[in-house]
Amino acid sequence: MVGTAEKLANLRATLASAGLETLVSNARVPLGFASADAVLKDGLARGVLHEVYAATNSETSATAFAAGLAARVAGKKKILWIRQDFSAVEFGELSATGFLELGIDPSQLLLVCTAHADDAIKAASDALTCAALGALVIEIPGAPKILDMVTSRRLTLAAAQKNVTTFLLRFAAKPEASTAETRWLVRTAASSKEDENWGQPVFETDLVRNRHGRTGHWVMEWNCDEGLFRELAFGIAAHHRAVVSASGDR
Amino acid sequence: MTKEKNALRLSALDRKATSLGLSIGQPLANARAMLPELKVMAANDGADHKLLERIADWCDRFTPFVALDPPRALLLDVTGATHLFGGEKALLDRIMGALRAQGFVVRGALAGTSMAARACARHRDGFVVTPGQEMAVAAPLPIEALFLDPVTTHAFRRAGLKTIGQVANRDRRELTARFGSAMVFTLETALGKTEKPISPRIPLPDYRTEQNFPEPIATEEVIRASLVSLAETLCDALEQRGEGARRLEAAFFRADGAVMRIAVETGSPTREPKIIERLFREKLDALADPLDPGFGFDLIRLSASRAERCESALADFNADLNAEREIRFLVDRLSARFGAHRVLAFRPNDTHIPEAAGAALPAQEARGTKSSWASMRCSAEAPRRPLRLLAKPEEVETIAAVPSSPPRRFRWRRVQHDVVLVEGPERIAMEWWRHLSPQPTRDYFRVEDSNGNRFWLYRDGLYLRETGNPRWYLHGMFA
Repeated sequence: MVGTAEKLANLRATLASAGLETLVSNARVPLGFASADAVLKDGLARGVLHEVYAATNSETSATAFAAGLAARVAGKKKILWIRQDFSAVEFGELSATGFLELGIDPSQLLLVCTAHADDAIKAASDALTCAALGALVIEIPGAPKILDMVTSRRLTLAAAQKNVTTFLLRFAAKPEASTAETRWLVRTAASSKEDENWGQPVFETDLVRNRHGRTGHWVMEWNCDEGLFRELAFGIAAHHRAVVSASGDR
Repeated sequence: MTKEKNALRLSALDRKATSLGLSIGQPLANARAMLPELKVMAANDGADHKLLERIADWCDRFTPFVALDPPRALLLDVTGATHLFGGEKALLDRIMGALRAQGFVVRGALAGTSMAARACARHRDGFVVTPGQEMAVAAPLPIEALFLDPVTTHAFRRAGLKTIGQVANRDRRELTARFGSAMVFTLETALGKTEKPISPRIPLPDYRTEQNFPEPIATEEVIRASLVSLAETLCDALEQRGEGARRLEAAFFRADGAVMRIAVETGSPTREPKIIERLFREKLDALADPLDPGFGFDLIRLSASRAERCESALADFNADLNAEREIRFLVDRLSARFGAHRVLAFRPNDTHIPEAAGAALPAQEARGTKSSWASMRCSAEAPRRPLRLLAKPEEVETIAAVPSSPPRRFRWRRVQHDVVLVEGPERIAMEWWRHLSPQPTRDYFRVEDSNGNRFWLYRDGLYLRETGNPRWYLHGMFA
């Protein structure tokens, strides 16, 4: 088995030297939303740590945003979602039919529920030893002590080692210093009243940190049929908030 | 002492009390009259039983067939095990010697049948009955040695039958007519003429290996190393029969008699020593109170209590299969650490009740299901089901134009929400064939408030048909 892994690694290295690395592992995954992809330089980076912060009362939107990102990155591979018992009571259980309606296959998901944040981080470290995972989502309500710079660095390193993209989904928390590649603030956005099919997942997203590029502010919609982020079908005129480019905390 | 027939009686005595002439069953008042300084304690049957079980655990090292014979006896089937301990007499002496060293008063005997051994233990301590001699040995023993119920024993005494031999001489038909076949069966077993197999306390594992340590081991590395070598032996045995283990148990026998058992389960049959060792390591790391070796373990046993057919694991280049295996291993590891109920996977469920439609089940169990998820949404439509469901729908205060219409405004968790957009109702009737009492029908509405938050509300019960004053609940949140 070890021999096999080594051979594969060697093959990958050979392909990379020939300039064909995109064939074996695309390092970036486009979101589908053109202006965001431009800022991210062709999409979300794989094998790194991304943070998604929920604005107050926008926890479900942030969940869907993180789920969308994870599904984009994971492709057909499994997504491991770590959450805590408390989260289910306060913010609701993750629902299989909910994922299905978003166009994400529920059988792709593995859930781990832990009693507290320390266990959640332990489970995450365990999961990050498994290269077969498509994406890892760690849902953490509040600001537990364990989530410090050291943990953040450890997760980043582990994610890079096995090329498992990791999303830290934070509820009821203020952004703190971390080693994350990107940091998103997500807020629910209202549906357009002209839209007969109102109720599409619409997010007002703030990319407040981007280690390798500019930051930005966009209103995007998750397209449940294509599994992509898109511009709003009915435009952004219906939204009251002005769309301005925010300067991040780079 | 224990209370029996409204009188406090002595139920157990220590050696000194026996030598002073007290006897079991004596009323406490009599005993007190004989010995005013007598110290008594209430009997604790539960604790006695627990102690007996712990002794039985310890006996597990001699044979897997250990049965409890309450209130204070153990039956061990040592068939085929005696040669490991240097013969029958040596085994008996070793067991009794070890128990005596722990401070127990113990009597024991070894015979061809369990009842014969039991009869001898009481009256001929330490005796090994040679095969065929049961009749001769048991005959002179008093009738009490059969441990029949007190009424039967009393009846024999009244009839002048004082020894087992005297009873055995009677016609069996006579005895059966008077005392029932159970009594005759007990008698026959005591005489070695028929045998009743004992039922072991712990079901026998399919595979087991063990390692004895002349010098008890206590360090973590040595324990780990011996687990690895045991796992290798076990896996060889599994491989020979083309099986893999689904449930494994490691039993650690401590030198002072305590036994600790740790079990791990796997999602698919496994016979990889490395994986098995890793699962046990996870489990041991996660133990709330760590494995305390005390003065060391003198025996470690690894057994596979559930084994299933397993295709031989070939290292292949099929990336999908490898990935699948890696994921299964991850699930097993997480389950070992956090418990199988905490590592879940979604499985489709044939029901339209929202909270049951996509049940999350332990991921170890969920393997191999052909999922058939059917979306309710037509293409280009908004999601019809919320992403997050409240485990228990929460009641909301509502303001509506008329009771039958969806609310214009509602208050949930002390926050007021003004409804801007509504869609519904989607009527979901409860599954009447599953409940005895009728459950109210739910009318679900998708609503959006002025801040853009989308909720799933329902009215519990049909207005005027099922209830006059329907209540509203919030069941979930849309993205």
